[in-house]
This record gives sequence, structure tokens and C-alpha cells, in this order.
Amino acid sequence: MRTEAATGVLSALWVLIALPLAGAAVLLLAGRRADRWGHVLGCLTSGTAFVLGLVQFFALRATEHRSVTLHLFDFIPVGDLKVDLGLLFDPLSAVFVLLITGVGTLIHVYSIGYMEHDPGRRRFFAYLNLFVAAMLLLVLGNNFVALYVGWEGVGLASYLLIAFWYDRPSAATAAKKAFLMNRVGDVGLAIAIFLLFAQLGTVSYEGVFAGVDKLNTATLTTVALLLLLGACGKSGQFPLQAWLPDAMEGPTPVSALIHAATMVTAGVYLIARTNPIFDLTHTGQTVVCAVGAITLLIGCIVGCAKDDIKRVLAYSTVSQIGYMFLAVGLGGPAYAIGIFHLLTHGFFKAGMFLGAGSVMHGMNDQVNIRRFGGLIRYMPVTAITFGLGYLAIIGFPGFAGYFSKDLIIEAAFDRPGWTGWLFGGIALFGAGLTAFYMSRLYFLTFLGKPRWTDDVHPHESPRSMTVPMIVLAIGSVAGGYVLKALGLFEWLNPVFGLAPDEHLHAERLSAAAVTAMTLVVVAAGIGIAYAMFLRRPVPVVAPAVTNPIVRAARNDLYANTVNEALFARPGQYLARALVYVDSRGVDGLVNGLAAMVGGTSSRLRRTQTGFVRSYALTMLGGAVLVVAALLVVRVG
Amino acid sequence: MSDFPFLTVLTVLPLVGALVVALLPVGADLLAKRVALGWSLLVLVITIVMCLGFEANGDRFQFVDSYAWIPQFGARFDFGVDGIALVMLALIGVLVPVVVLASWHDAEPGRRSVKTFFALLLALESTMVGVFAATDVFLFYVFFEAMLVPMYFLIGSYGGPRRQYAAVKFFLYSLVGGLLMLAAVIGLYVASKGELGAGTFAFQNLVELNMDPDLQKWLFAGFFIAFAIKAPLFPFHTWLPDAGGQAPIGAAVLLVGVLDKVGTFGFLRYCLPLFPDATRSFAPLVFALALIGIFYGAFLAMGQSDLKRLVAYTSIAHFGFIAIGCFALTTQAGTGAVLYMVNHGLSTGALFLVVGFLAARRGSVLVQDFGGAAKLMPLIAGAFFIAGLSSLALPGTNSFVSEFLVLIGTYTVNSVVAIIATVGIVLAALYVLWMYQRTMQGPLNPAIPTTLPDLTRREAWVIGPVLALVLALGVYPKPVLDIITPAVQATMQDAGASDPTPTAISGGGK
Amino acid sequence: MTPTYYLMLAAALFTIGAVGVLIRRNAIVVFMCVELMLNAANLTLVTFSRMNGSLDGQIMAFFVMVVAAAEVVIGLAIIMSIFRTRRSASVDDANLLKY
Repeated sequence: MRTEAATGVLSALWVLIALPLAGAAVLLLAGRRADRWGHVLGCLTSGTAFVLGLVQFFALRATEHRSVTLHLFDFIPVGDLKVDLGLLFDPLSAVFVLLITGVGTLIHVYSIGYMEHDPGRRRFFAYLNLFVAAMLLLVLGNNFVALYVGWEGVGLASYLLIAFWYDRPSAATAAKKAFLMNRVGDVGLAIAIFLLFAQLGTVSYEGVFAGVDKLNTATLTTVALLLLLGACGKSGQFPLQAWLPDAMEGPTPVSALIHAATMVTAGVYLIARTNPIFDLTHTGQTVVCAVGAITLLIGCIVGCAKDDIKRVLAYSTVSQIGYMFLAVGLGGPAYAIGIFHLLTHGFFKAGMFLGAGSVMHGMNDQVNIRRFGGLIRYMPVTAITFGLGYLAIIGFPGFAGYFSKDLIIEAAFDRPGWTGWLFGGIALFGAGLTAFYMSRLYFLTFLGKPRWTDDVHPHESPRSMTVPMIVLAIGSVAGGYVLKALGLFEWLNPVFGLAPDEHLHAERLSAAAVTAMTLVVVAAGIGIAYAMFLRRPVPVVAPAVTNPIVRAARNDLYANTVNEALFARPGQYLARALVYVDSRGVDGLVNGLAAMVGGTSSRLRRTQTGFVRSYALTMLGGAVLVVAALLVVRVG
Repeated sequence: MSDFPFLTVLTVLPLVGALVVALLPVGADLLAKRVALGWSLLVLVITIVMCLGFEANGDRFQFVDSYAWIPQFGARFDFGVDGIALVMLALIGVLVPVVVLASWHDAEPGRRSVKTFFALLLALESTMVGVFAATDVFLFYVFFEAMLVPMYFLIGSYGGPRRQYAAVKFFLYSLVGGLLMLAAVIGLYVASKGELGAGTFAFQNLVELNMDPDLQKWLFAGFFIAFAIKAPLFPFHTWLPDAGGQAPIGAAVLLVGVLDKVGTFGFLRYCLPLFPDATRSFAPLVFALALIGIFYGAFLAMGQSDLKRLVAYTSIAHFGFIAIGCFALTTQAGTGAVLYMVNHGLSTGALFLVVGFLAARRGSVLVQDFGGAAKLMPLIAGAFFIAGLSSLALPGTNSFVSEFLVLIGTYTVNSVVAIIATVGIVLAALYVLWMYQRTMQGPLNPAIPTTLPDLTRREAWVIGPVLALVLALGVYPKPVLDIITPAVQATMQDAGASDPTPTAISGGGK
Repeated sequence: MTPTYYLMLAAALFTIGAVGVLIRRNAIVVFMCVELMLNAANLTLVTFSRMNGSLDGQIMAFFVMVVAAAEVVIGLAIIMSIFRTRRSASVDDANLLKY
């Protein structure tokens, strides 16, 4: 793909990152002085970045190649390694910039109300700004190192925000867990970068993508799998999915922005961005699809069993990102479909998380959906906006998810060979499960009879919170149709090396057939949920079950147990054992040597009896020895 | 200005300062502190002027000063710095004023007078400058051993409860290594006499020698063990947690931040160029020790309950990375290793300094005496966190650049070592975040008095510049890299190594 | 004249002195035994000097005498002061300087 140097308004690309970064710096350095106006500044930087992003988006449309680069400065120039801090603004990053700053600004605004009574609100906005800056660097960087910097930067912001209420041990632990599992993924990404440099001598997208055809298949597959490991860590995909539900310990706006709409989709971005690598390795693509399919099932299954409103949404995020992975793993026209689903998901999932936050705001921070019920009468705006998001995620015809998810299922079925049937089947089954657990969530929360504890007085949230929810709800309703009509696919396709008008032409199953099948399973899911949770009274305590599947699902499919048994516990034992080895073994050797010298000398010193005559005898003995030695030498 | 004998002045000036401080009247503690601070700032200014006058692409050794010393065996006062030594001098220049300011109240409970403490700090600075500035191997050895003396008294007179044990252990360990090195230095002299006719200790002449590979191995071993103890590499490391844990904070910063770097500096300056063949045959061993060190240090750091020992163990892990970078023999890895030395001095220095703030408040450095402390002291917690992020090499902080360079440079020649070392970065995150969680997060430990103050103005001046450098070098490391790279390239040339060409480009990929 | 007799006498004197130093307890006697050994050495020196026709040995013997005189002065003074404080001249009683 050809690019050109940035000119005009596009040469101000760096401002996009600098604005929120400066906001974060000011908010953190100004201290309590900024408490009064901190949130305003936070919203302003993010909002200005959005406006600037829009202007630059239109400027990009006017350029010839629709892809511009901006060199900022030499970051790490050593010998043959030249790492620049450069930005790449092309259709893919432009879409992400608008998503990040757009949804980001809405969530900033929402947070003004949500965090109103929190003494650390300024700090919260500083971290949010930091996140926006890092995420923009991630999507705007024109080389793998810049991506990596942003990649770990968003990890840091995520850590800080999950641990925002750091005096809660659960929040601190969840944050640490998130950072560590992300780091595991980062190792993969880092090694992929090393490998690319060792093979191609460059780390820039341009150089790498120009040279991929020189790599052999084994190398390509290795790189692809390493990148996938990084993507799995960041996006909460199998086997690194366990941190994402725990990340809900953070304030709800964080869950909406970072752990639903933007950061966790970075893995999808990475795979889409490195499409020239994945396109050349069939094995790599299959693994990506498999990871996506497995994860979407895990997310759906666990989502059905959870009673915590945010954890249900978290697992639903895990599963929806599984859909996106599946899409980008399919390659070809499905890349754009994956990004399409990413955008629609950004709207409806962020909207639903904000709705969940609004519910918690009105319900004394309770999260147990068995203790909700009938809330639609008390918080109508929340219920309706959440409902629209709900309809979008289950793929109700006309809503955003209907467009994007059906296309993924269709594309999955179209994959050649038996894997197409497998992935398509899983995606279809997942759609049914999604309908079931989301319906369960909606019915238990907003419909049915109230099951509240006595001390709650549900009420609608303030304007600053409802307005972003309404905006996102509009996105959930119209996002799918509008984006498609505006030509998202035509806009994105060139990035993936396709002709702008190249669309998915399903050969195995027609679009109509897939839609029909999907609607059937979705209807079935809703029906079962209706029968189980709306027709019958719901117990406020989860009934004990003997069904092993349900039990496994309630325990996150034992992911934490496995992690604990495989890594955490052996690690602790190892640390303890090594402390012993170090103090007794290695240092014991050193101290033992010292003790030996000391012991020997204290024994030797006993010969100093203090009796002059014994000294005299020693002297005589010595003299005799010397004379004898001399004689021997003489004679010899 | 170029004729100004910078290095001589930088070596002698702190020593004069030490004498001045030591000769101040008894009881003039505040005056002693102020003189010491002013003196170290003066040294810093001279160092900065010198750095500005350094030409990155000029001669390899610049600011050369040379005086006759012991003509009988050719030992001379030869000073000169390449890019590697220059950045270390800059690190010393920055850290010493910081340490003087940080130790403002640390010497009072000591067994010797306050002014002696600061005199010792300045004397230490003099020997540290000398060790990096010397280009005469014998002079290097003399400074190498002389460094021990002030540090011994700093630990032994002002340290924690087990200071005697720690000081003696530190001294003996270093002395053993030093004596082995002395043997190797003499061997080097004899070898040069055999080849050149007249014996010499001058580095520039020694580099030209073509020694027998077997002889190289023995001499290499002598230098290497001394440097491996100093650095410290596994299994020569056990003195560091004791010394670092018992030393007063200021001395601990200089010990781990600068003194230990003499080891890794020695790898680059002496082991690689003087014994290229031996370097190649020993490299696998060094890699193995370094990799063990990375994991061993990390796991032990997790197992510690004393914050100072914890930080000391993290250093062992970091030194593993530096050693790998030194022996990978590529420009990137070597430059990364040198930058890592500077960065580690800053990041570990910052960690030690914050631990010092905590100790001054709480009277304890045990992890269980903290918990939830961020509520009381958000600024100190923030400083601790940033220092920790630098320690775990988060992008945007200085250590990322160096760790990245070490790993990417190593990968091009030895991918297995690089991959194993990369896994170590997960452990780095684990020990840093766990340390932070146990001290700063969670509910406030009820045993902590709620009256503890947050960062004071003096402490802000201590930690502020260090953290500013941490972030600045993380974002724009180019000026420093430009100074280091030519020196590393010259070193690699001496060691007979060249960077590999990219595999796929050279046709090996397909 | 043959030096053998002189040397044998010197050896005998030296042996008597050495044994005396080793087995006697009284400091004065030990002291005198030391003198005996010194004079045995002197005798040897003078003998060899005479044999070789050089004066070096005799000069050396004078040095030994001077040193012995100095030693007697100091040694007796030490023995006197030990006797004054401990009421004993036995060398085995003065064993404080040990371990």
C-alpha cells in the first residue's frame, strides 16, 4: 500500500496523542488544586481530540492514497536498528481514532456524573486521558515498536483504572492479574518483533510488509502465532481470558471504555494490521479462527451462569471479541467484517456497560442480577438504552449487531473445508447462547418482579450519565446500517489488500439461509430465557446445582483454578524454596567457608598456651627442621 | 576549553572536597552537609560541561590526561573516556548530589560523626570517577580496590543492625575478586612485555596484543571473576542483598547504582577487547549464569520481606540482562547493556530512595509494616510506582529502551537466550506489582500512624530529578544512544565481532 | 691444633643451654641457660674465625656480647618486675599472654 508524507492538518496528527497525554500530565502534577476543574479538562482534551480526529478523517479522504505517515523523531537508532516514532494514518487507524476518541469522550462525560462523589475523580480522569493517549499511539504508530509502546501503555492505564479503588484488595489483585496476563501476551509480541528484526532488519510496518514474501512459511507461522499470543493477552482470548472478568473490579466507565469498547479490541487491530503476515500463513489463520471460536463458546457458556451484571457483560465481551478474532482469522473480506463488528460492538457494549453502571448507581452499587428486577419502571432511560444495546448484541433484525454478526457467521461457514462447518456451527450456536444469556440478563434486571433488598431506592441517573447512554443507544440501533451504507467496507478494504468493492460472496450457504438460521437460534435463546426467568419466579439465591456444566461455568470453566495450580502456586513454592536455597545453599556455602576459616583458627590458637617453655620447644623444633632441611639440600 | 584536564579535576576535586568536609570543626553538621552538597553540585556542573564537549563521533578516548607515575613498571596516571565511560561519569555526577540530599538526616544515628559520612561520600565519588576514567589497567585496579574503603566505612559505620557482617562480607568478596584481577593484571603486563619488549599497562597498547588463546582464558577468568562478583552474577551475588540491605540508603544507591556497574563496565572495557577469543569461548557460560540470575533474582525478590533486600535482588535480575547484552557481541545489545547500566542506576536508585523515605517515616523496611500506605502518602506512592514501572521496563520509561535493545540485539545472534530472557519480563512485572500491592494498596495497615507526612520539599528535590530523567530517557534516548553507540561499535570491533545481516535478506530465510 | 674440640665443646654447651631453657622453670636459670647458648655460639664464631684467619667472626662475637649485655639488662628488669608483682620467678606462672 502506498503512503505519502502528512501535510496540512494531517501534520498535526501528533496533537491527537499529545492532547490527552498533556491532560493526564496536568491532572496528575497539579494535585488537589485541579480537583475542581480536573474533570472538565479531561473531557475537553478527549473531546478536542475527537473533533481533530474528525477533521483529519475528512482530510485523509481527500488525499490521493488515503494513507499518510508522519515522522516525529528517531526513537531508538542504534546501528542497523532504526526505530522511529512515526505515525501512520490510514483507513484502519482513522476508524480506530474515531472510535477511541468518540466513545472515549462519551465515557468521559458519563464519568463526570458517575464519579461525582468520589474524592479521586481528578485522578480518574487523569488515568482515562492517559489511556486515550496510549490507545491512540497504539493504533497510530507506524512500526511495531510504537505499537508495543502503546500496547503496554494501555496495559498500564488499564492496571491503574482497575486498581482505581486500590484500598480494596480484590481490585488491587485483579489489576495485578490483568497486567501480568497481558505481559504474558506481550512477551509473544516482543519476540515477534525480535524475530522480524532478525529476519528483515526492520521493525516498521512498511519494511516488514514489503519483505514478508521473503520469509519462509515456518517463520511466518511462528511470527503469526507470536502476534496471536500478544493479541490473546490484550483481548482476553483463550487461554489468557481469565483476567478480563476480574477487571470488572474497576469503576464501570472503565469497564465500558477499556474492557469493552477499545483496549480489548487491540488484539483484533493487531491481527488486522498485520494482515500481510497472516494472509501468507494458513496455519496461523486457522489457529486465530480456532482461538476465536473456542473463546466465543467459553464466553457464552460462562456468561449464562454468572449472576454479577458486570461479569455477564464481561464474558459477553470475551465472546464477542471471539467473534471478531474468528472474522479476522478468516481473512479476505472478513477482515473488514471483523472491524465492522468491532465498531458496532463498541457502541452497544459500551452502552450496556454504561447502563449497568447506571443501574449500580441507582442500586447502591449492587451487582447481583437476582436482586434486581422490574427496574424499567424506575429507570426508564437506562432500561430503554440498555434494551436497545441488548437487541443489538443478540442480532435483532435492523439493529447494529444484526449486520455485523450475521456476516461473521456467514463468512465462517464459507471457510473452505470442514473447518468452515465447524467454525460456522460454533458461531451460530454462540449466537443462540448469546441471545439466551443476554435475555436472561435483561429480564432479570429490568423486567419481572422487584427482588431488591430493603435499603435500596432505585432512581434514574443524572443527565450527564443518560446523555452518553442515549448517544450510544442510537449507535446501537443505527450503527450497523449507517456504517454499511456509508461505505465502511469500501473504505477499509484497501488496507487489507483488497479492491474497494470486494464483498463477501458466500458460496456455501446463502446470506438469506444464514440469516434465517441465526434468527431461529436467537428466537430459541430468547424463548428459553423467557420461559426460565420471566414466566417463573426467580430465586434470589442461586440454586445449588449438580449439573457439572453449570458448575464449571459458575467457576469460570476452572480457568482460574488451572492458572492457580499451574503457575501461581508453583511460583510461590519456587520463590520460597529459592529463598531457602539462597540463604542456606549459596550463602550457606559462603558463610560456611567463613565459619571453617574461623573454626580452624580458633582451634589453632589453642597452641598458644602462654608457657614460655612450650614456645621455646617450638623454636627449637623449628630450628632443627631448618637445619635438617639445609643439610638435606646440601647433601642432595 | 578542550585542554582543561577534566578527568583529573573530576577525580581530584571530590577528594579535596572530602578533605575539606572532614576538616570542618566538630559539630558543624549543617555546614558539612551544605559544603558536601555544593561540592557535589560543582562536580555535576563540570561533568555536564565535559559531556557537552564530548564529540560523539570523534576520537574513541577523549579528554585524555597522562602523567608519569611508576616508570619502573610502566604504570601511568592515564585518564580518558569513551562514550561508555562518559555516560557512567554523568550518572555519578547526577546521583551523588541526589544521594547527599537524600542522606540529609541519615548519618545522625551513625557511630561516627555526620561530617565523616559526607566526607566518605565525596571520597567515594572520587574513586568511582577514577575507576571509570582510568585507561591504565593498573590505575584501574588501584581505583577498583580503593572504592572499597569508603564504602566499607559507609556500610560498617552507618548501616543497619547487621552492618558489621554486611560490611566485612562486601569487603572480603570484593577483595577476593580484586586479588584475582591483580594476578591477571600482572599476567597481562608479563604478556605485553613478552610481545612488545617493554611491559605496559596502557589499555590502547594492550588491545593490540595477540595473545595465545589459552593464556587469554586464564587472564579472562581473572578479570571475569572480579567483575562477576562486582556485577554481581549468580552465584557470586550473596553479598549484595546483605550489603544493599544493611547500607544506609545513600550508600545503597551508590553501591547498586554505580559501584556494581564497574563489573559490567569491566566486561565491556577489558574482558571483550583484551581477550576476544576467550570471550567467545566463555560466552555460553556467561549466558547461562545471566539467565539463571534473571529468574533467580526475580523469584528471590518475590520471596523477600525486607524492601531493601527485595530491591537488591531485583538488581541481580537486571544485571543478568546487562551481562547478556555485554556478551551478545552486537551493537544493539552492547549499546542496550550500557544504557541499561545508566537506567538501572536511575531506576534502582529511585526505588532505593523511595524505600529510604518510607524507612525514615515508618522506622522499618519490612513489607508487613506497610499496606495501604498510598492513602496516606499518595505522592510517595506515585514516585514508588513510577520507579517500579521503570524497574519492570515499561515502555515510556528509560529501562524499556535498554531492555529492548539488549533483547533484540541478542536475538539476532542467539535467539534461545533472548527468548528465555524475554520471559523474565513477566516475572519483573510480578515482583514489582506485588511489592507495590503489599506496601501501598489494600486497606490501610492499622499499625501505621496516620500522621505520617507525604513527600517533603527536600525529598521532592531528591526524587524529582531522578524520575524526570527516567521519563526523559524513556521518551527520547537518542542523545545518549548517539554517545554510546560509537564506543560500543569500537569495542565490538576490538572483540572481532560484527552485526549479523538480517537472515531473510541475506538469503538464509527462504 | 684442631678446631674439633672447640666445636664439640660449643655444641655441648649449646645443648646444655637449650635443655636448660626447655626444662627449668626458674626464670633466672632459664636466663642463664640462654646466656650459655649465646656463649656457645660465640665460641663457635671465634673458632671458625681463627680457622679461616679472618677477624669477621671475632667481630661478630663482640656484637653478640653487646647484644647479650643489653638483653641481660632488659631481661633481668622484666624478671624483677614480674617477681615483684607475682612473688614468683617461675616462667610457667607468667602465662597470661595466651590464646
